[in-house]
Amino acid sequence: MSRAVRVRITVNGEPREADVEPRLLLVHFLRDTLGLTGTHVGCDTSNCGACTVHLGGEAVKSCTILAVQADGSEVRTIEGMASDGALHPMQEAFWANHGLQCGYCTPGMIMVAADLIEKRPDASEAEIRHTLEGNLCRCTGYHNIVKAVQDAASKAREEAGAAS
Amino acid sequence: MSAVEQEAPARFVGRSLRRKEDPPLITGKGRYVDDISLPGMLHAAIVRSHEAHARIVSIDASAARERADVVAVLTGEDLDDLLAPLPMAWVPPDVEVKAPEHWPLARAEVCHVGDPVAVVIGEDRYSVVDAAEEVLVEYEPLPVVVDMEAALEDGSPLVHESLGTNRSHEWSIGGGDLDGAFADAEVVVERRIVNHRTAGTAIEPRGTIADWRQDSLTLWTSTQIPHLVRLQLAGMLGVSEDRLRVIAPDVGGGFGSKLNVYGEEVLLAHCARRLGRPIKWIETRSENLQTTTHGRDQIDYVRLAAKRDGTITGLHVKILQDLGAYLQLLTPAVPSLGAFVMSGCYKIPAIRTDVVGVYTNKFATDAVRGAGRPEATHLVELMVEQLATELEMDSLELRRKNFIPKEDFPAEVASGVIYDSGDYHASLDKLLEHVDLDAFRREQAELREQGIHRGIGFSTYTEICGLAPSRIVGPGGFGLQGGFWESAIVRVHPSGAATVFTGSSPHGEGLDSGFAQFVSDRLGIDPEQVEVIHGDTGTGPFGMGTYGSRSLAVGGESASRAAGKVAEKARRIVAHMLEAAPEDIEVADGRFQVRGSPDKGMTLAEVAGAAYIPEDLPEGMEPGLEETSFYDPENFVFPFGAHACICEVDVETGKIRVVRYVAVDDCGPAINPMLIDGQVHGGVAHAIGQALYEQIAYDEDGQLVTGTFVDYALPTAAELPSFETDRTETPSPVNELGVKGVGEAGTIAATPAVVSAVVDALRPLGITFLDMPLTPVRVWQAIEQARTNGGAGGSAPAGSRPGDGAAPDGGES
Repeated sequence: MSRAVRVRITVNGEPREADVEPRLLLVHFLRDTLGLTGTHVGCDTSNCGACTVHLGGEAVKSCTILAVQADGSEVRTIEGMASDGALHPMQEAFWANHGLQCGYCTPGMIMVAADLIEKRPDASEAEIRHTLEGNLCRCTGYHNIVKAVQDAASKAREEAGAAS
Repeated sequence: MSAVEQEAPARFVGRSLRRKEDPPLITGKGRYVDDISLPGMLHAAIVRSHEAHARIVSIDASAARERADVVAVLTGEDLDDLLAPLPMAWVPPDVEVKAPEHWPLARAEVCHVGDPVAVVIGEDRYSVVDAAEEVLVEYEPLPVVVDMEAALEDGSPLVHESLGTNRSHEWSIGGGDLDGAFADAEVVVERRIVNHRTAGTAIEPRGTIADWRQDSLTLWTSTQIPHLVRLQLAGMLGVSEDRLRVIAPDVGGGFGSKLNVYGEEVLLAHCARRLGRPIKWIETRSENLQTTTHGRDQIDYVRLAAKRDGTITGLHVKILQDLGAYLQLLTPAVPSLGAFVMSGCYKIPAIRTDVVGVYTNKFATDAVRGAGRPEATHLVELMVEQLATELEMDSLELRRKNFIPKEDFPAEVASGVIYDSGDYHASLDKLLEHVDLDAFRREQAELREQGIHRGIGFSTYTEICGLAPSRIVGPGGFGLQGGFWESAIVRVHPSGAATVFTGSSPHGEGLDSGFAQFVSDRLGIDPEQVEVIHGDTGTGPFGMGTYGSRSLAVGGESASRAAGKVAEKARRIVAHMLEAAPEDIEVADGRFQVRGSPDKGMTLAEVAGAAYIPEDLPEGMEPGLEETSFYDPENFVFPFGAHACICEVDVETGKIRVVRYVAVDDCGPAINPMLIDGQVHGGVAHAIGQALYEQIAYDEDGQLVTGTFVDYALPTAAELPSFETDRTETPSPVNELGVKGVGEAGTIAATPAVVSAVVDALRPLGITFLDMPLTPVRVWQAIEQARTNGGAGGSAPAGSRPGDGAAPDGGES
């Protein structure tokens, strides 16, 4: 093992600190070092998106980032989406719309979709489909995933409308 | 019919309830194999051949072994205490299947890229990968053959010298006077149809953890068949089955690719026993595309005989099946599933399917979603289209003319199987309620004026599911070495909640939710009170697993029957306690109550209390409230449906866009319509993937050129449309639930609809036939060829030989 490097990363709101190999991928830091196994690995070429997390508020593929690159950053994973016992609206929408079957791609899908709808709650179906392009699902044919994202988006718009 | 059939209306069956499975999966609390860590656990990386065919001259693992973090490096000779090679489960009576021995690590020779040569075991995930790169293997290359037709030619290189041939076996099935049909035919259509190699590509790759403690093994593995893995491991390891526990935890998709006993499962078990520590191996995606079973890969030489009025009179199919280099669990049996339903939805008096298995220097093919039936549907539906073109008939009219009529069911077809149920006109009628064909033809003509090429394609299909009646497919019948029943235990706890143990082993289908719906209806409780346990040989009875759209029609029926037995006992207890006749007790409004006197009744919890504190049970009744069912179906079940696809082709680039997809399926009465739609969506997407994008491709040296998700193109959300689905409901007479399965329906139905849509779009250019995958380059080449030929005859893409329907003799080598 090469020289260990200390990283400090805030994960789901909690500061975490560890000595890691410089080559350690962020996804393995989350899964193996911190035990946050909700973030998955489905390929070795950054195509499948099962490992998607939020880094500094952006959806990123954590298999393509070294833990040392995330030093000093804020990371949010699927485990950090529900708060105070309440599901995140995107989690709720995936459940209500049968947006998952085997569940393996689901954390990554929810993370990328939540990022999209937070930024563009009025995204069209085509925009949603384009944004999900980097996340592969073999079970659902994407139909109900898209429906779930549209459902969450519509609720986000309603909420924004009610608040204004 | 049992008393439970007289129940009051269902409270939960038929409703689109949210899934019980989802809360952990959407919050990151799922538990897949790679999420499990054990104290002292080691990691394994496998050294794989980069040669497609070679003799192993030497293996130098000294550098790897010297690394401080490496515990062991093992090669093929270290596994010489295994008692048996990897299993293949098909031994058809009177057919010789020539099979090579297949070991978890190669012995002396490698036969495909990715063939495992050594395993490196060490302290962490990263260091074993480093060490694996330091294992030096010297190979002496041997001649390679990758093309199945070439492999049958005289003088071809042999994949296994010891077999003396690349031809593993020949198997035929059929019935009727085929020679007569062709002799009397007024028209004969011939085609060579390629159904190319694909991959299952569950998004969770395979993975296994083996843990020996004292004399017992626990093996967590991402599989569809935990009980069968245990049974086979016991034989290979020489360990009594009761000392082995195999657990399929959450499984991230299977699609047939985890319906197997893989070398890595045996290897990990062997190494963990030898080293005395738990070991984990997680497949990389590159390994997955190399060495998780591939699917399809047939060349079908098809001849169809008909009268000029469109009546189909005979069908002959010769299937060359590319087996790859070894036989996995069901490899050579796959095309036969298609042969059983080669009649499609049609009344064809004479049919014969001849299958020839061929070895090549590629990884093994085996079941992938549909397994043989997508190939059959594809060729039958394309041949119907070809015949319609030949006769200048409307292809839907041609289909209707040949449909097996509703009143003929149950209907025996020429392959000898008996279709249990069907109403093909009804599904096509319903499809055409959604698709206004006249309006489409007008739109199509208008778009053509603007240079836009849009086409529509259809597929009417039936499939053989509910695998399987053991007497038909077992050792003395079709030749599979096993029974194909399913088991269930329904246990009502003293509190009145229930646990169902099933031998089915789901991996995303929503089985827990569906089972809970009909079990709760039978027992008068809520689905939330029903827990479904599966995938663990340490709990519940021996079971057969999840594949072949069998989980509901066989596993569900078993659970339903076990629940029915529980309800029957409950009914007797209630009758005894309320002084009524058992036949007057019904389940209604969540209680067991006296018919006509709804104020007199008991909840299941009250019944369970009486059963577990047996102070006042009927004379001779045992205490407790738990029943077991082993259900072996009398027949297969035959879901069916009608699909339509509309595609647009950019004739300048060959790029295809799926504009619309409509599916009407009939899988019997719906337990949960939302889950059915989900299965259809996924199945159709899988087939669109095969039709347009996906292909496992090897070059002439046997190198895999689609070895990552960069090259193996799964469809993404951006390529697919939203789907339109509808259903007809024709109950199966085979089981009490009347259900038929839907997991494979979309995959079985969709490829011919997509291909025919593209052909329809390009028909004005003179294109009448195309082979999959319809990649832009292939379509563009076909268009260019058609243009060169002046719009006449240029109907095939490069690499296809239309009209060459006659099967080659393929000289024995």
